[in-house]
Amino acid sequence: PIPSSLSAGETSVLAGLYGPAEAKLSKELPDRAALEVLLRPKVGLPGVLERSREQQLRQTCEAVVLGVLHPRTAITLVLQVVSDAGSLLSCCLNAACMGLLDAGLPLSSLFCGVTCALGPDGTITLDPTARQEQEARAVLTFAIDSSERKVLMATTKGSCSVEEMQQCLVMAQRAADTIFQFYRDSLHRRYSKS
Amino acid sequence: YLVPNVELPSLCSERFRSGPPGEEAQAASQFIADVIENSQMIVKEDLCIANGKLAWVLYCDIICLDYDGNLLDASVFALLAALKNVQLPSVIINEETGLSEVNLKQKTPLIIRKHPVATSFAIFDDTLLIVDPTAEEEDLATGTVTIVTDEEGRLCSVHKPGGSPLTGAKLQDCITRAITRHKEVKKLIDKVIKSIMPK
Repeated sequence: PIPSSLSAGETSVLAGLYGPAEAKLSKELPDRAALEVLLRPKVGLPGVLERSREQQLRQTCEAVVLGVLHPRTAITLVLQVVSDAGSLLSCCLNAACMGLLDAGLPLSSLFCGVTCALGPDGTITLDPTARQEQEARAVLTFAIDSSERKVLMATTKGSCSVEEMQQCLVMAQRAADTIFQFYRDSLHRRYSKS
Repeated sequence: YLVPNVELPSLCSERFRSGPPGEEAQAASQFIADVIENSQMIVKEDLCIANGKLAWVLYCDIICLDYDGNLLDASVFALLAALKNVQLPSVIINEETGLSEVNLKQKTPLIIRKHPVATSFAIFDDTLLIVDPTAEEEDLATGTVTIVTDEEGRLCSVHKPGGSPLTGAKLQDCITRAITRHKEVKKLIDKVIKSIMPK
């Protein structure tokens, strides 16, 4: 088990990855690793919203992790929300990716999460704070992959027009470059010391 | 307010066991709640009877009878059709006792402002896209996308829970198709509602 913590502004998520370990008979898949994601909120028990987020995170990770190299095993990713000040889902996505990298699991590409908030006057803000999210007309979260900047996961809250969504997507793809650079830098720092 | 609940009982498919709702049912319930909120289909103020005292709570139970893929689209239609049928009895608050008196004889239909329609696509290795997948297609697919549009062509929700990556252009393709489909489905719903109205 290797924990890694990611904070973006005030939002902070702790990710712990366990695996590939032996899977229970009921959960094991014959040809690939079974991925499980558990999202624990800061207060209270996990509810329907957490389940829906877990499903999104799980399918995003499944698309990226080379599960066929570890059949009949289980990979468990536990995410604990330490503090939430907006852009929580993209913080979870980034923490998940760093956790996967840190644990040394084979991945086909990296991914990063970017949140865009559409203000009432049409301005687009990246990585909004909780306050900006509330005031926004729409909040869109994308998971962008590193190989071709394609969309791995998309979720929207609030309604927006098609053009606005495309604009947000383009901005998110550009922001992804900065985040991937940050991944590279932090891994470089970690492995150059030891 | 509105509380949606999607149930996937074992009678609809052998893949679901009886017991507490599984991940799929919970994720679907959350999706429906998001669609209702994003599209502003029902404005919560319309459900208010007396400011700060009394309001209607609508519990929507969406029970799957037969599962052959594309759960989200079907749930959204079922919800829309059911809400169109809802009649709210008028409530008068007795000033002296402070209690409410419900008049079941006088009913008004629920005001629905927007009509969101969901369109799902199954992705196969980021080349092929199939609209309205069946259960078999969904199992073999490497990812799914669900797009919810309303009458004005605005996007209420883009739901892509992981799966193989899509380029922006492909996503745009899906959206245009979803908008065309919205028009066809809206006509269908209107026709059906009109045919049962006289009852």
